[in-house]
Amino acid sequence: MATAKLIHDPYNLIITGVGGQGNVLASRMLGNVLTSQGLWVTIGETFGASQRGGSVMSHLRVSTDGSWSPQIPEGKAHMVLALEPLEALRVLVKYGNPGAKAIVNDRPILPVAAIAGKTNYPSADELEGMLAKLTAQRWSIPATERAMALGASIFANIIMIGALSATDDLPVSRQGFEAELLRALGPSKVATNLEAFDLGAAMVQG
Amino acid sequence: MDGQRLTMMGNQAITQGALEAGVRVAAGYPGTPSSEIIQNLAGAADEHGLYVEWSINEKVSLEVAAAASFAGLRSLCAMKQNGVNVASDFLLHLAGSGIRAGMVLVHCDDPGALSSVNEGESRHFARMLELPQLEPSDFQEAKDMTKWAFELSEEIGNVVMLRSVTRLSHASGGVVPGPIPQAQGKAHFDHHGTLLDKGHGPVSSSPVAYKHRLQQEKLARAVELFEDSPFNSYTGPEAPELLVITSSICNLYVKEALVLLDATDRVGVLKLGTTWPLPPKLLQRNLERCGQVLVVEEVIPFLEENVKIAAAEMAGEIGAKRFFGKRDGTIPAQGELNPDIVLGALAGILNLPYQTRPPQYDLLAQEAAPQATQDRDLAFCPGCPHRASFWSLKGALALDARDGFICGDIGCYSLAMRPTGYGMLKTLLAMGSGAGIASGFGQLGRFGMDQPVMAVSGDSTFYHAVIPALINAVHQKSPMSLVVLDNSGTAMTGFQPHPGTEANALGQPVPPVDIEAICRSLGAEVTVCDPFDLEATQAAALALLADQSTAKVLILRQLCALSPQRKGSKLYEVQVDPEKCLGDQCGCNRLCTRVFGCPGLAWEKQSGKARIDEVICAGCGVCASVCPQGAIIKSERA
Repeated sequence: MATAKLIHDPYNLIITGVGGQGNVLASRMLGNVLTSQGLWVTIGETFGASQRGGSVMSHLRVSTDGSWSPQIPEGKAHMVLALEPLEALRVLVKYGNPGAKAIVNDRPILPVAAIAGKTNYPSADELEGMLAKLTAQRWSIPATERAMALGASIFANIIMIGALSATDDLPVSRQGFEAELLRALGPSKVATNLEAFDLGAAMVQG
Repeated sequence: MDGQRLTMMGNQAITQGALEAGVRVAAGYPGTPSSEIIQNLAGAADEHGLYVEWSINEKVSLEVAAAASFAGLRSLCAMKQNGVNVASDFLLHLAGSGIRAGMVLVHCDDPGALSSVNEGESRHFARMLELPQLEPSDFQEAKDMTKWAFELSEEIGNVVMLRSVTRLSHASGGVVPGPIPQAQGKAHFDHHGTLLDKGHGPVSSSPVAYKHRLQQEKLARAVELFEDSPFNSYTGPEAPELLVITSSICNLYVKEALVLLDATDRVGVLKLGTTWPLPPKLLQRNLERCGQVLVVEEVIPFLEENVKIAAAEMAGEIGAKRFFGKRDGTIPAQGELNPDIVLGALAGILNLPYQTRPPQYDLLAQEAAPQATQDRDLAFCPGCPHRASFWSLKGALALDARDGFICGDIGCYSLAMRPTGYGMLKTLLAMGSGAGIASGFGQLGRFGMDQPVMAVSGDSTFYHAVIPALINAVHQKSPMSLVVLDNSGTAMTGFQPHPGTEANALGQPVPPVDIEAICRSLGAEVTVCDPFDLEATQAAALALLADQSTAKVLILRQLCALSPQRKGSKLYEVQVDPEKCLGDQCGCNRLCTRVFGCPGLAWEKQSGKARIDEVICAGCGVCASVCPQGAIIKSERA
């Protein structure tokens, strides 16, 4: 099998969000699509108690040559796929660099301390301002809103994968993703998820 | 799937290795990061003819696996780091008796306590109990080494310990699977030989002097095999400036750090897969390469100390070495490692400059940091029955007004030590310890202690280790109250069955062992309540606190919000009536969002009123009972 070429090797992608948003499933499906291209994918993630309402990150290392550390070194993320805007910022502060790109779902999930009024969740403008300074290129997309229109907020992660595919940074094709949907979720769920994928892709292609 | 490289989770790779080795029986107790091993084997049981069970606790799971080995079937047992403590009494005796068919104990450590309340080191058991220790360093090795561990176990006639860590067990990477053999062989326990006949006699660690000598001969045979093992490898120049000795996932951190520092031609890496006992010839060959050694490992300086002992023993041949590691602070003594920490250590020793990213970018990141890194504290899920339970227990303890408190235990409800559970837990230690400690507190009235004491326990924890503590409390007449937070499954680790569920790990029907009946049979008074009924729960808890004569039990039974039966199905549609919500004008001082604190509630800054976030709300309806104005309306779903 011919191995796809990469713009960085290893290419470092961080999928981030809040426990329960489904980023573990998103990282696995993306990993399998890339593996089927002959690439090596190493994924680092945590779950268990850390999932309950906390920040959840998946680190994906995509390479033409072997396994890499399941934790990306600081300042080395090429792309941040954020299911929640504050989490995008959190990741960029630690793993960002002047060339970093980000795709950000614009729907906030407030930390319990912010709900209780003990901390202030930044406004949309403040978030946008900080994200702009820390990225070379970014896309802010209403993934949760569009997912709700499709029937459930959980489709937001598939919309994000669709958006990632449209950046052409990684070889994630519609066809490859369709095959993975069929394998991972079964035939009954392919159509809606593919619709979510297309919605995401369209938002980045503009 | 034979032959093609797949991306597999570390725990899946371990499962695959066990299947390729022809494992027939597997048992364990759930615990992050080990749970997926038994779960995956249970999933493969039908196809490959396995028996797999979630046992009541780790010790029993090891005994179940040992029985299979005694009867000639390869077996595997899996648990998290502190599970080895629970199983260790049996493991000590098993290590002395030896086994028959191959038997592997997979123990998964959690450096940095990402999902634990301890940072326990389990490799010490291998040294303490004189068993061989293996540590895979990537995903392919996790598979290959597990398979080989069964062969090693049979070759030496003893249990083999295989240690994973969270960043391997729960990470994923490339693995080429191999063929899985056809299940074969009849189980039969041969017991007619003499006590000294290890293949055919009774199984025992006595006569101790004889069996202990045999055990040490087995370990010596393991060392011989380790000398030539492909799982130990050296990479780097013939004569490096620095030798790094490492094992486990730290191997990938070292690789990454050396690439970032561009130092692969200056530093040699001895990656060890067989970490106890260390093979002395291999070690000597590599220690001779240079005068400086850095040991990179997680949790306790296990490798470091053993390498130093070996280096002292061969000092005549290899000379004195300068060692760096945890003992001198080059590598942190606590917490998990990552490529940046290893990079920092290497840059310091080699005196190499390294910049993560341009300083201007660092400044921008620092400016954003105060807001970006605001705490996202762990919280009970929306619709979690534990939030309701602790709300009522908090109310009852306040009304009782004798400075009473709750002893905590291990499970999702451990989070009640944090704001999400109103900081209600005042002790949090080992599995089952809440009830045991409460049993002890209950005896201190004779010394003037006048605070009532409660303990909480989840349903799975109840079976695992609470039953003996409760029997103790009843028998010793300790006036403690045990509150069982029964959400019908082992929720935190992913809904594994336990003795109270109606199906076992294989999905077959089994008789559930009733918690209420157990408690009553012990002579404890038992009350059962739905925690979503705040009023009734608080009244029941208050009654428990009032009775200081004996040990009592309150069972709060309600399904976990993430359970397969409940997930995605709301009990109620919940809304805030903006007419009734008085907002900032209400005397409640934002009781729903500020105090009750469910993530499904939000406070609208513009209107100064509460709102339900429909994306997050799970529809339990409990907040409707919290609002003093009755402004939160729950309606039955059509």
